[in-house]
Amino acid sequence: MQQIPAASEPIVSLRDVKKSFGSLLVLDGVSFAVQRGEVLALIGRSGSGKSTALRCIDRFEKVDGGEIVVCGHRVDRPDVNLRALRQDVGIVFQSYNLFPHLTIEQNITLAPCAVKGVATAQAKDLARKVLAQVGLEEKLHAYPEQLSGGQQQRAAIARSLAMQPKVMLFDEVTSALDPELTAEVLKVIEQLAADGMTMVMVTHEMGFAKGIADRIVFMHRGKVHETGPASILTSPTTPELTQFVGTGNLKS
Amino acid sequence: MSLQLDFPAVLERWPSFVAGAVLTLELAAFATVLGALLGTLAAVGRGAHNALIAGACKAYVETIRNTPLLVQIFLVYFGLASLGLKFSAFTVAVAALTINVGAYTAEIMRAGFEAIPRGQIEAAEGLALSRLQIYWHIILLPAIEKVYPALTSQFVLLMLASSVCSQISAEELTAVANYIQSDTYRAFETYIIVAVLYVILSLVMRAGFWGLGLVLFPRRRRLGTPL
Ligand SMILES: Nc1ncnc2c1ncn2[C@@H]1O[C@H](COP(=O)(O)OP(=O)(O)O)[C@@H](O)[C@H]1O
Ligand SMILES: [Mg+2]
Repeated sequence: MQQIPAASEPIVSLRDVKKSFGSLLVLDGVSFAVQRGEVLALIGRSGSGKSTALRCIDRFEKVDGGEIVVCGHRVDRPDVNLRALRQDVGIVFQSYNLFPHLTIEQNITLAPCAVKGVATAQAKDLARKVLAQVGLEEKLHAYPEQLSGGQQQRAAIARSLAMQPKVMLFDEVTSALDPELTAEVLKVIEQLAADGMTMVMVTHEMGFAKGIADRIVFMHRGKVHETGPASILTSPTTPELTQFVGTGNLKS
Repeated sequence: MSLQLDFPAVLERWPSFVAGAVLTLELAAFATVLGALLGTLAAVGRGAHNALIAGACKAYVETIRNTPLLVQIFLVYFGLASLGLKFSAFTVAVAALTINVGAYTAEIMRAGFEAIPRGQIEAAEGLALSRLQIYWHIILLPAIEKVYPALTSQFVLLMLASSVCSQISAEELTAVANYIQSDTYRAFETYIIVAVLYVILSLVMRAGFWGLGLVLFPRRRRLGTPL
């Protein structure tokens, strides 16, 4: 019998997570949790460990200590079922990483067909549906190189959505885009949030984080330095966050 | 000093030339298909976590790349014979050419694999694709696409190099030529004709690979980007 998690059980939880690269301690006891339907924004200076924390959730990095539970998977354990974990988690990277030799439709249908055994016709319907969600229906048969950066990133989000993940991870997905294209990608993420998707996002867009995040985690030197609702961005309590939001990071 | 050429005397042997050219093409076709498979496996093997497999693949590639083809052919030919195994000259030639082109294919494919950005593989892992699915869908085909011109040049070179198989009396084009020129005493004419036939075979192979490229890489076809 499948265990039904209690309503209050978080989708993602990190407890005292430690991670080093060689002698460099990158995560020094990081803890946070994300409830169902919650949007958590990970912010902090470059090099503070945001990407590493995010990548640990999907086990692109193995942790050295602590506990990570994601949709019931014990991610910190060596025997975690990676492919089951990654069907529950969608991840979108800064560099889109669409498969260049496949059309947008093939990019989207590949995993549902290969991993979940979805029939081709159904997968194509699914592709149309998720592309409509990101406003790219007309690009179904285009190749990635025919799309702008913003369109490629939206297609990458659609590709993740087609696996119907329970939580989405975004790692600075707009950092490679100019402001106009950034806006179209952020709009898509905003809509996802409105639809109730659980999300963890690393972002430098403070205005955006303030607008949609239910909770902010400010990382500093591998630690969660300050955390709270979006309002901590306007009234930070630690000098580090004060300085961080004060150095022009809090625009629009 | 005058040059007197008598082509008709040689050209009347055209059925032999055609038979030789066909056999050369057959040798090349078998060795290309088998060598491409062997080379791809060796390229995958060189990246294996298992040091024994990786080492064996590396040793194979380096040995072949640093010895002459003719010596490799003799090694296979006399090696099999000394084991008491009896194979036709054609089979021995295909085996030796396969082993030879496999090593070069492995080097080319390795470059292709290394040209696949790490992010592509992470994206595929993030979508829960298995290792085998990632190799098949995300690594192999794009890698082949990247190195396709180098690969096909290598296969054409292999066809040309197959002329040394005349040394173990495989009845391919050069062996046929050797026979005809000793029979007609018209060596220059014979080898002019053979050279023209090799050029034609090369062009046929290049045209074939061009067509295959259109089938294998629909993106190139759609976007009109040449290989
Ligand atoms: N694979 C890796 N190997 C070695 N060092 C790494 C690796 N990934 C990240 N780091 C280092 O860890 C630190 C934190 O990196 P990261 O998590 O990417 O920070 P952020 O995303 O906050 O900018 C940086 O100093 C970075 O150089
Ligand atoms: Mg980062």
